[in-house]
Amino acid sequence: MSDVQDYNSSLSDAAASRKYETFSYLPALSVESTRAQIQYIVDKGWNPGIEHTEPENAVSNYWYMWKLPLFGETDVDVILAELENCHKAHPNNHVRLLGFDNFKQSAGTALVVFRGVSV
Amino acid sequence: MAKTYSAGVKEYRETYWTPDYTVKDTDLLACFKITPQDGVPREEVAAAVAAESSTGTWTTVWTDLLTDLDYYKGRCYAIEDVPGDDTCFYAFVAYPIDLFEEGSVVNVLTSLVGNVFGFKALRALRLEDIRFPIAYVMTCNGPPQGIQVERDILNKYGRPLLGCTIKPKLGLSAKNYGRACYEGLRGGLDFTKDDENVNSQPFMRWRHRFDFVMEAIHKAEAETGERKGHYLNVTAPTADEMMRRAEYAKEIGAPIIMHDYLTGGLSANTQLAQWCQNNGMLLHIHRAMHAVLDRNPHHGIHFRVLTKVLRLSGGDHLHSGTVVGKLEGDRDATLGWIDIMRDSYIKEDRSRGIFFDQDWGAMPGVIPVASGGIHVWHMPALVSIFGDDSCLQFGGGTLGHPWGNAAGAAANRVAVEACVEARNSGVELEKEGKDILTKAAAHSPELKIAMETWKEIKFEFDTVDKIDVAHK
Repeated sequence: MSDVQDYNSSLSDAAASRKYETFSYLPALSVESTRAQIQYIVDKGWNPGIEHTEPENAVSNYWYMWKLPLFGETDVDVILAELENCHKAHPNNHVRLLGFDNFKQSAGTALVVFRGVSV
Repeated sequence: MAKTYSAGVKEYRETYWTPDYTVKDTDLLACFKITPQDGVPREEVAAAVAAESSTGTWTTVWTDLLTDLDYYKGRCYAIEDVPGDDTCFYAFVAYPIDLFEEGSVVNVLTSLVGNVFGFKALRALRLEDIRFPIAYVMTCNGPPQGIQVERDILNKYGRPLLGCTIKPKLGLSAKNYGRACYEGLRGGLDFTKDDENVNSQPFMRWRHRFDFVMEAIHKAEAETGERKGHYLNVTAPTADEMMRRAEYAKEIGAPIIMHDYLTGGLSANTQLAQWCQNNGMLLHIHRAMHAVLDRNPHHGIHFRVLTKVLRLSGGDHLHSGTVVGKLEGDRDATLGWIDIMRDSYIKEDRSRGIFFDQDWGAMPGVIPVASGGIHVWHMPALVSIFGDDSCLQFGGGTLGHPWGNAAGAAANRVAVEACVEARNSGVELEKEGKDILTKAAAHSPELKIAMETWKEIKFEFDTVDKIDVAHK
């Protein structure tokens, strides 16, 4: 039994336990990896959209929209800069990037780029 | 000039073999693979199949003259060789849409795979494909919610969904069973699943199972902040009892229930799917008994037909085979019926065993479920084959983890996210799979130990049912 490792997750340890969106089981993405994911959204022809929320309200479907979705924006630097603007304005919040697929009328992907402090 | 009645037996081909016929957009088309008895001409046996699956019987009857049989009859309009197999041939049959009750796959199958399958002039008969005209598709209810709505309900985007069938299949008490679910869900699964033969046995009655499993879902959701579900199997001895269990699942807030559409029956399935649509419930479909019907290459019903039948009858998930796991499934053929589940228009493609264009119009798609003998080492291939709109289910591959279900779930979740991240970055999954997993395992001890546990397991038996190509 000494070889068996405990799985560390609980109601009280939010930082270790709460997960949000795709890639939440991986370490935070590097800037380079984030750029690759943004490029993927652009290459798919999806519209990037930025949303944020206080960690305690993350369960809601509706996070706060940061401005409007960046319709037609294909410049990775511009999208990354907007993510950073949102993070600077709301440093304690989760900030997520969505790729809106208007043909499927659904998000094609969603990833949290800046992780707030979970509660 | 009116026809006159003459009693007796006519050759089927005089009436039901019409090679000059131009198919109508509203016709229901079928492709049969026919293995005739020795000495029976192809045209005659093909015409017999068209006759016996539509208006005909073995002899002329006077009441034939009270209707317009030339309008109502099914007819064989083409015959083709089967590549690589001289014992059989393909026959293409067109049926007028009037022959089938609207919205009833039950009625369609009763005609097409009814008496005709026992016909003596045939050594064997297989229904390879059906083209359902869009006019008929629009009369069917289809999947209760569809892929996009499911993603919105569960808030899961950009990756395959992850599930796990609880084992042992039978014998756990409801409370222990709920524990197994909770552990899997808290570790990172989206779903856990009742196995197909979990109904309401003496060791675990359905209602206790539903209650304990719901507590598991609620706790795992609070703990992880993610939405979770468990396929509560409502398959029951009667449709009334099935509906009672479905109503209770809804009452306690379960997002998804489950049904076995072949053993439970298509009438029950269609009823349940319509109820799910009206009650905002997702419906997971298991396919017990399918291999009885679809595995023999010369006799039965191909799974692509059973797939179309389920999409029309209704279901949000359907087991599709894994290609790489312990259960039968040719890769190209599987890709074919995955398209049939998900896409809105599928072109004829013989290399995938698809005999007809199929237009689904606005009917939502079904999520293919890959389940059976798969583990973390299969993840790169699974993500590559199935893409995001799929549900990957690891039973033994979760519960068999040396540290338990939560660690097993986390290993699979880390693996799937690592594969998606790599794919999105332009990495070739099936080529670089080992590197991707090894890199991800560097920060996940759960994945690392899973990779060590299952490294050597492979399932490399040849498939029994292959696509018909000249491979001999």
